[in-house]
Amino acid sequence: MSTNPVLEAARPATRAVPAGRPFRLREWLEREAVFSWLMLTPPLLFLLAFLGYPFCYGVYLSFVKRPVAQPATFVGLGNFVNLWNDAIFWQAVWNTFRFTAAATVLKLVGGLGMALVMHQNFKLKGMTRALLLLPFIVPTVLSTVAWQWIFDPGMGMFNRLLMFFDLVKQNQGPSWLGNPTLAMVSVILVNTWRGLPFFGITILAGLQTIPDELMESATIDGAGTWARFRYVTLPLLMPVIFIVTTFSIIFTFFDFQLVYVLTGGGPANATHLMATYAYSVGMSSGQLGMGSAAALAMVPVLGVVLLMMSSYVRRA
Amino acid sequence: MVGELTWSRRLVGLWLPLTLLFVFALFPFAWMAATSLKANAELYDPTANPLWIRHPSLVHYIDLFKETNFVVWIGNTMLVATVSTVISLLLGVMLAYPLARMRFPAAGLLAITVAVTYLVPQTLLFVPMADLINRMKLGDTLTAVMLTYPTLLVPFCAWLLIGYFKTVPKELEEAALIDGASRWRAMTRVILPLCTPGFLSAGIFAFTLAQNEFLYALLFLNTSTIRTVPVGVTGELIRGDAFYWGQLMAAAFLGSLPVVLIYSFFVKYYVAGLTAGSVKG
Repeated sequence: MSTNPVLEAARPATRAVPAGRPFRLREWLEREAVFSWLMLTPPLLFLLAFLGYPFCYGVYLSFVKRPVAQPATFVGLGNFVNLWNDAIFWQAVWNTFRFTAAATVLKLVGGLGMALVMHQNFKLKGMTRALLLLPFIVPTVLSTVAWQWIFDPGMGMFNRLLMFFDLVKQNQGPSWLGNPTLAMVSVILVNTWRGLPFFGITILAGLQTIPDELMESATIDGAGTWARFRYVTLPLLMPVIFIVTTFSIIFTFFDFQLVYVLTGGGPANATHLMATYAYSVGMSSGQLGMGSAAALAMVPVLGVVLLMMSSYVRRA
Repeated sequence: MVGELTWSRRLVGLWLPLTLLFVFALFPFAWMAATSLKANAELYDPTANPLWIRHPSLVHYIDLFKETNFVVWIGNTMLVATVSTVISLLLGVMLAYPLARMRFPAAGLLAITVAVTYLVPQTLLFVPMADLINRMKLGDTLTAVMLTYPTLLVPFCAWLLIGYFKTVPKELEEAALIDGASRWRAMTRVILPLCTPGFLSAGIFAFTLAQNEFLYALLFLNTSTIRTVPVGVTGELIRGDAFYWGQLMAAAFLGSLPVVLIYSFFVKYYVAGLTAGSVKG
């Protein structure tokens, strides 16, 4: 028996609680709704504080003029009007659409090809899959710095190889990140390089769920390779392809790191995306209101994509 | 003859495209590693074969450790990624468990909310978030990123775990409840242990995402000794227009190594996490 005075003092107090009450509390806790809400409250409060509040605060900021460390003044739609009249903003919008469309198509076609190639029997398949996923695993900023060096006009890999095979003279190779068109091509190439394995591996997982019997019966019915792909594989893959593409569109459309590190939006805003533009307005120039408005200008796109997705899910 | 795999068919249909894929996916890493092992004299010699290393040298690695805070950045990255992964898994379970296994009003609406928060990109939130963190006096602290990373990871973890929790038959829980276990005990002793693969998938995925994060780190971490690898490398190894490519590639290579090592041990779970949303859902 304990002789601890603290415990002794605490004991009568516990006894003083009416006998039935702790039992009823337990019963109350066992109710599904009570248990659920007790579990849900902490994470919901967290998301409310760090996602919900910043979002609403961002909406508020987009209606004020607020230089860093100065009080805000209400300007109504002023920020949006400024953006509307800003040629660089429109260039960023156009760039973002071009970038997203080109990169998504390349990743989808390449990823589908990768999945079909990988969906055969060969040795070390697991290892192959792990290695081909590496571009997607390695921190984007670090691989992008490597690409920056690959594109380097003087001593980068591409131009060194062109020089090595005598295709160009020293220091006369293309300026991969300095020419507006080439810079956009380069940015799309790096995004494709990073995202292709995501498409490939996910579509492969979808392919593996297609039963072999379907393929066999199609073959018996006289379907050739193309017909099997067109009328059996592709329709069954559509749900996976749709989801992967929607995800990828969202992540590509809102991409920031890649362009920020590779070109910083240059040359002459040729590769500025809406995200990097919002950063340069909001953070580099310190106009929080304008920056918020530029970021919120991306919401309609997110809304359209989400609507497409939900209508598709409902139909399926 | 249909479907017969001759040697030439196998070459064109499998080995050739596979080789091309390998080259495309891995040559940047080879270039990264090769550059980091060449001293500047060889690195910037236009007559040298760019794909070959004549005199391997560790000089860039030695400089990286001596002249920069690289070791500290690695430590910070690991710390931040671990803490935010643990927080995200905890909060993720608390969200996912009731949504997957309990019936209560508003459950459907909440599940949709979680799915939408997963798709809300960070790019939308960084301006107000920066202002918020500054007002909370958390600017330039690791706490700032430990608090903000879970906003990106919790919805994903919850979404993935909902899928796993749903695969466990309801009868298991009911049996435990009939045997006198409380809901809490049924959850912690019966259901959660069965979902270990789900935790591994969500954990590995969250960990790699946290190591990859750049925007919040760029906004919140200014002092050199509290930076993570991505902001340290881009912020301090690129000085104005001067690029120290040897050092940069050494840093990119070493900085990628921890993620790649952890990933290589858990590839199966990583792939499961990657494909869970699109194949099952």
